[in-house]
Amino acid sequence: MKQTASKAIFTLFALCVTTMLLAQEGGTGAGSSSILTYSLIAVAVLIFFFLVVQVSDNLLAIEAKQIGISEDGESNSTASSGGFFGNLFKPSLPEYVDESEPVYVLRRGHDILLEGEAEPQIDDSVQATTYAVQPPNFIGISPIPKMVVDQGAEVKAGDHLFYDKKRPEIKWVAPVSGEVIAVERGAKRAITAVTILADKEQQYRELEAFDYQNADRSALVDYLLDAGAWTLFRQRPFDIVADVSEVPRDIFISTFDTAPLAPDLNFVVEGSEAAFQEGLNVLTKLTSGQVYLGLDARKDKQPHKAFTEAENVSKRWFHGKHPAGNVGVQIHHIKPVSLNSKVWTLGVQEVITLGKIFTERRYDATRVVALAGAELEKPAYVKTKIGAKVSDLVKGNLKNDHVRYISGDVLSGKRKAEDDYLNFYDDQLTVVEEGDDYALFGWLLPSFNTPSVSNTFPSAIIPNMKFKAETNMHGERRAFVVTGNYEAVTPMDVYPQELMKSILIGDFEQMEGLGLPELVEEDVALCEFVCVSKQPVQQILRQGLDTMREQA
Amino acid sequence: MKKSLLNLFKKIEPDKDKSPFLHTAYDAFFTFAFTPNMVTKNGVHIRDGMDLKRQMVHVVIALQVLYLFGTYNIGHQHFVALGEYTGFLEGVHLKLIYGLIKIIPIFIVTHVVGLGIEFYYAYKKGHGVEEGFLVSGALIPLIMPPDIPLWILGVSVAFAVWIGKEAFGGTGMNILNIALLSRVFIFFAYPTYISGDEVWIAGIEKAAEGGYFAQAYGGVYQFFDSIFASIGLSTFGAGGNAVVDGYTGATPLALAAKEGWGAVTAEYSTAQMWWGTIPGSIGESSKPLIILGTLFLIVTKIADWKIMVSMVFGAAFMALLLNAWGATEFMEVPWYYQFYMGSFLFAMAFMATDPVTATSTATGKWIYGFLIGFVGMIVRVLNPAYPEGWMLAILFMNVFAPLIDHYVLQANIKRRAKRLTAIAKTQDEEGTSAPAPAQAQA
Repeated sequence: MKQTASKAIFTLFALCVTTMLLAQEGGTGAGSSSILTYSLIAVAVLIFFFLVVQVSDNLLAIEAKQIGISEDGESNSTASSGGFFGNLFKPSLPEYVDESEPVYVLRRGHDILLEGEAEPQIDDSVQATTYAVQPPNFIGISPIPKMVVDQGAEVKAGDHLFYDKKRPEIKWVAPVSGEVIAVERGAKRAITAVTILADKEQQYRELEAFDYQNADRSALVDYLLDAGAWTLFRQRPFDIVADVSEVPRDIFISTFDTAPLAPDLNFVVEGSEAAFQEGLNVLTKLTSGQVYLGLDARKDKQPHKAFTEAENVSKRWFHGKHPAGNVGVQIHHIKPVSLNSKVWTLGVQEVITLGKIFTERRYDATRVVALAGAELEKPAYVKTKIGAKVSDLVKGNLKNDHVRYISGDVLSGKRKAEDDYLNFYDDQLTVVEEGDDYALFGWLLPSFNTPSVSNTFPSAIIPNMKFKAETNMHGERRAFVVTGNYEAVTPMDVYPQELMKSILIGDFEQMEGLGLPELVEEDVALCEFVCVSKQPVQQILRQGLDTMREQA
Repeated sequence: MKKSLLNLFKKIEPDKDKSPFLHTAYDAFFTFAFTPNMVTKNGVHIRDGMDLKRQMVHVVIALQVLYLFGTYNIGHQHFVALGEYTGFLEGVHLKLIYGLIKIIPIFIVTHVVGLGIEFYYAYKKGHGVEEGFLVSGALIPLIMPPDIPLWILGVSVAFAVWIGKEAFGGTGMNILNIALLSRVFIFFAYPTYISGDEVWIAGIEKAAEGGYFAQAYGGVYQFFDSIFASIGLSTFGAGGNAVVDGYTGATPLALAAKEGWGAVTAEYSTAQMWWGTIPGSIGESSKPLIILGTLFLIVTKIADWKIMVSMVFGAAFMALLLNAWGATEFMEVPWYYQFYMGSFLFAMAFMATDPVTATSTATGKWIYGFLIGFVGMIVRVLNPAYPEGWMLAILFMNVFAPLIDHYVLQANIKRRAKRLTAIAKTQDEEGTSAPAPAQAQA
């Protein structure tokens, strides 16, 4: 809204200047001075009109709030359009968007277009043999969980592997059947991975039938804890493994991923529609509020029917650039979280796993993972399980061996070595080139292959240009200097840079007030990307979240 | 070529432990030639190509046309005052050389002093040399009068960098604009060198018995004279000529302050003021070239256009008020002509938009820019002591910028709290609830 208004003002200003110049050209004759007068009047009328529209728009909004119609429909109009000019410049939404459901048009953000997008087909030739469950993937659990099985034990998929020492009811289960070949330990004897060599023929631990429709919540919770499904729920604020004692206010699921080279979830859900719906049904039993589904209103193609025709959920459309697909951004617009109101988030594939516990009565850890990145010969999707080994997935598929493996996307994913494993919640493996090379006069020369939001690069004038990413810093770390570019890529009512400063100085009240509980790393990842001072924004944010979690 | 240059650089790298200061200096030049080969560690894996060096260098690029014009205008004003080569394109070689002889020492002194302090602190604190002074160093010569004594310049730059920046922790930490701080230092410590009618045209001296004369041309000029003479061009000569009749050396603003717009137009045409062939600080005069630089900064998104636009509105608003009031002749100067005089555009494009000292929030920027325009016009028109207002207005608002940001953030905090209470309330009432609207920002 503010941006549009600013643009309008700027146009007026330009008009003003040209008028003055025109008047000057003509000298000081009588004819030209009347032109000047008339144009000034015209400008004044325009400004007046603009002011009237603005004021009345605000008055309308206030009035609407007073008579209590600021419900779904109304929130839709304020959130998405933001006043008269917002409506004027509203992007045309695709036809399939059902306007009776709220649509949020997010204007800020940035899509980083990279080479190496995964082809929408499953590559069956890729089969991982080793899998791991990695305790460091889970925030908020004790670093040394209590093992249930030992090295060398044979497990079935769904058998308990370990549990949290602080909260023993939360159990982690094996994603595949096979032999536990190692319990890897890191610093201070913390368990970093429990690795399993998969059997050729997968065996599953058969779960008992459970009628969740007629059971009470606590029985359902006990059942899910035993089945190992609890770790599928992540709780905001802090993005931790959900509290067993807490009933989430709402549950949020984003059905599209806008991150660079992210998997197309419409393709991923194909064939698991029933399980997805079943998962949603289970979730409605777990929350006191609603299950919200964030739908993609950006593309020409309609999202998958499993999403648009899902039942028992509230649907919200989102139109905008990355990070519009981040669940955190969607929560912010639908119904923000705070320290006192906790919500859960799940990915689409986690919902499917949850659904299959009831449709197939087994813990099915199948994940469709996108192998993407310019350094792969054949970027494609593969069907594997949670925590597959990186080297198994990329075997024979590399163009170049000077690469970095990333579990997740290039913005918020985690760096992995070749013999590491994909993280629990990730459904993407990105491979990009290591950029440890010097660039001559990097501060001046127009480089074509550098993704940037800045217009000082020639690529800014080529729309939809795809880049071959590499991992160079493109500069050295400095203090915060430039302002406003974090905000330009964050479609939320937050001030990320001020928030970072308040974290660095440890101002607890300011952190909370500025909305730290609403954010996790992926929501500010784009800020870190654009940061001119090369600050580690995600790391600072997590530092703030950790202090806040300790205090709370 | 890149490889061999890299190897050359690596060969001459001084030892970090034996000579740390040399190494700091080496590092500054090395990172200037080559973007380091550092890769991302944790957090994002790819980074935007923009870094602080690139950011700063683009401001310097935007200033280049002003350097060119400013240099030439030093010479042009000098000869116009003497009644020689009064056409803009007459005696080009003399004007250019004259300007260069004036501006190069100013540029060198600014950078030697400023960068010297920067390098020293970088070595002391053991970090890389920061880029902040790239811009400050390019701006300072442009806001000085052409005849500024070099020792005063050196002292003022040292004051600005030392007290204004390093004392606060270096680039990104300063509260006041460095370039303006060096100017304001001269303004209050050595006012006769930077205000009044006699400082804006280079090389003109007041004779003891009254009347103005050109200074004698010294050895450097004689050197160029010999070159010009050999290729058949006109020469500087010995100097010491008297100025033309009616010479005052006053800038349009000084004239307007005394006798209003009529006195200004008697001396300078509006076209002259627009194109910038008038006396003044070195870089402030040419309006089209400043606008060109402004557009460059806006298109590349280096500077924030919100501050510029709101500053124009603030100044125009105050000027209109003054027109309506009309108590003095200066107040009656039509509001749009206020933009033709003085350094408004330069201050708007390059001074007010300094991201470190400006407000950091979008709303804050609107307020900040507007108030600079508003206060600056008050200082310009209503204050008899100070001929121009932007330097003081910007420094004044620099001090207030954190306060403006504080209130914008408090508003954000309140808005968030309100939304959360509204949600909690509906939750309590209904069990399940309807969403509250997200606020404007997005």
